Amino acid sequence: MPPDPPNLPLVFFLWRQFKRHWNGALRKPGDTFNPLLFYLMVVTLFPLGLGPDPEVLATLAPGLLWVVALLATLTVAGKLFASDYADGSLEQLLLAPHPLYLSAMAEIVVHWVMAGLTLALASPLFAVMLKLPGQAIPFLVFSLLLGTWSLSLIAGIGAALTVGLRRGGALLSLIILPFMVPVLIFGASAVREAANGYDPASWLALLGAYALMATVLTPVAIAAGLRISVDN
Amino acid sequence: MATETLLRAIDVGIERGYRRLLTGVAFEVGPGQIWQLSGANGSGKTSLLRAVAGLAQAGVTGSIERTNSCLFQGHANALKPLLSATENLNWHPSGGIDCSDEAIGQALAEVGLAGLEGLPVGNLSAGQQRRVGLARLWLAKSALWLLDEPFTALDTQGVAMLSTRLDQHLEQGGGVVFSSHQPMALNRTVAVLALDDYAA
Repeated sequence: MPPDPPNLPLVFFLWRQFKRHWNGALRKPGDTFNPLLFYLMVVTLFPLGLGPDPEVLATLAPGLLWVVALLATLTVAGKLFASDYADGSLEQLLLAPHPLYLSAMAEIVVHWVMAGLTLALASPLFAVMLKLPGQAIPFLVFSLLLGTWSLSLIAGIGAALTVGLRRGGALLSLIILPFMVPVLIFGASAVREAANGYDPASWLALLGAYALMATVLTPVAIAAGLRISVDN
Repeated sequence: MATETLLRAIDVGIERGYRRLLTGVAFEVGPGQIWQLSGANGSGKTSLLRAVAGLAQAGVTGSIERTNSCLFQGHANALKPLLSATENLNWHPSGGIDCSDEAIGQALAEVGLAGLEGLPVGNLSAGQQRRVGLARLWLAKSALWLLDEPFTALDTQGVAMLSTRLDQHLEQGGGVVFSSHQPMALNRTVAVLALDDYAA
């Protein structure tokens, strides 16, 4: 068999894969800022439903802020890889000499920036709306930064496995929710500790450990899931 | 270019959704050879091409040996509608595509899309999108091409243009496997693999 022709070096290719999804997301801002809008709407509804009592809101705020963040990432989880599967880009990534788990990671980074990073950065606004004590706000931002990264990676596994199914939404949630629960517990606990005036370091450490574990383990699972999805 | 075999399929069988589609398919593609997969709808043309490309492994039996790198053009064009033709092509990861902007500009001119390089692909017609997808054939360095229904959505001029390119590629020692219903007019003999003969 003849030798392979030269390919685009890996780093250049990953940059282009990142830019491809980045540009795609920026040119469709409606879709991109959906999670943020969802977050804003739900957080606005809580004072209306629970009553405007600042003390009640402040006690519930850490849990509410984190549950809504989780649901916001869940609403867009199904979008990961969906267009790649539909338009045939995924087949080309599978045939590429570049490792699939890295190509998939480039896409997940874009997804996280849009659905996680923006959410974490906007979260102080939501915290104020729910009367979260001021000293907990930096910890909310930091825990969301770490937590949404894990959530995006976990969503990646579910999305990779269900992307070939016509109505995979319910199955997707069923697959990824159990893995997301620890993130919710660690994150909400960290914010609650900080709000109560204690040191949230241990919860943040657990959140960080979970994020590291997800970073190492999920790419392989995502790549395997994508291969299965294309092969049917 | 090398004279070795580009693709060798021995006794390939394909099963899809608990239904046996093909058994005992055998063919070999050497430099300068072109194979047409023909057969009725549902006879397994796409399945066989995907198996050859390595995209489908479940339900595939027999042995398929091929060059590591191949250009695969499926039903879908692998184009993002919001990105321009150039942005779409310079990403293309497989098939040994030349990703430089000059080469892409030339390839787009070859397929008759000069001046439309910067337009979002979603604004182009179905036939023009097909041409953007097929512009990869002018950029590919891989010797083996696997093309699934490459003539769909193309006008007569597009078909002629594609045929010329296929002739060029075969001339340079490449090999092609494609699926199509219509008979092809090429300078070389097109070997036809009638999949209806291998139906299980």
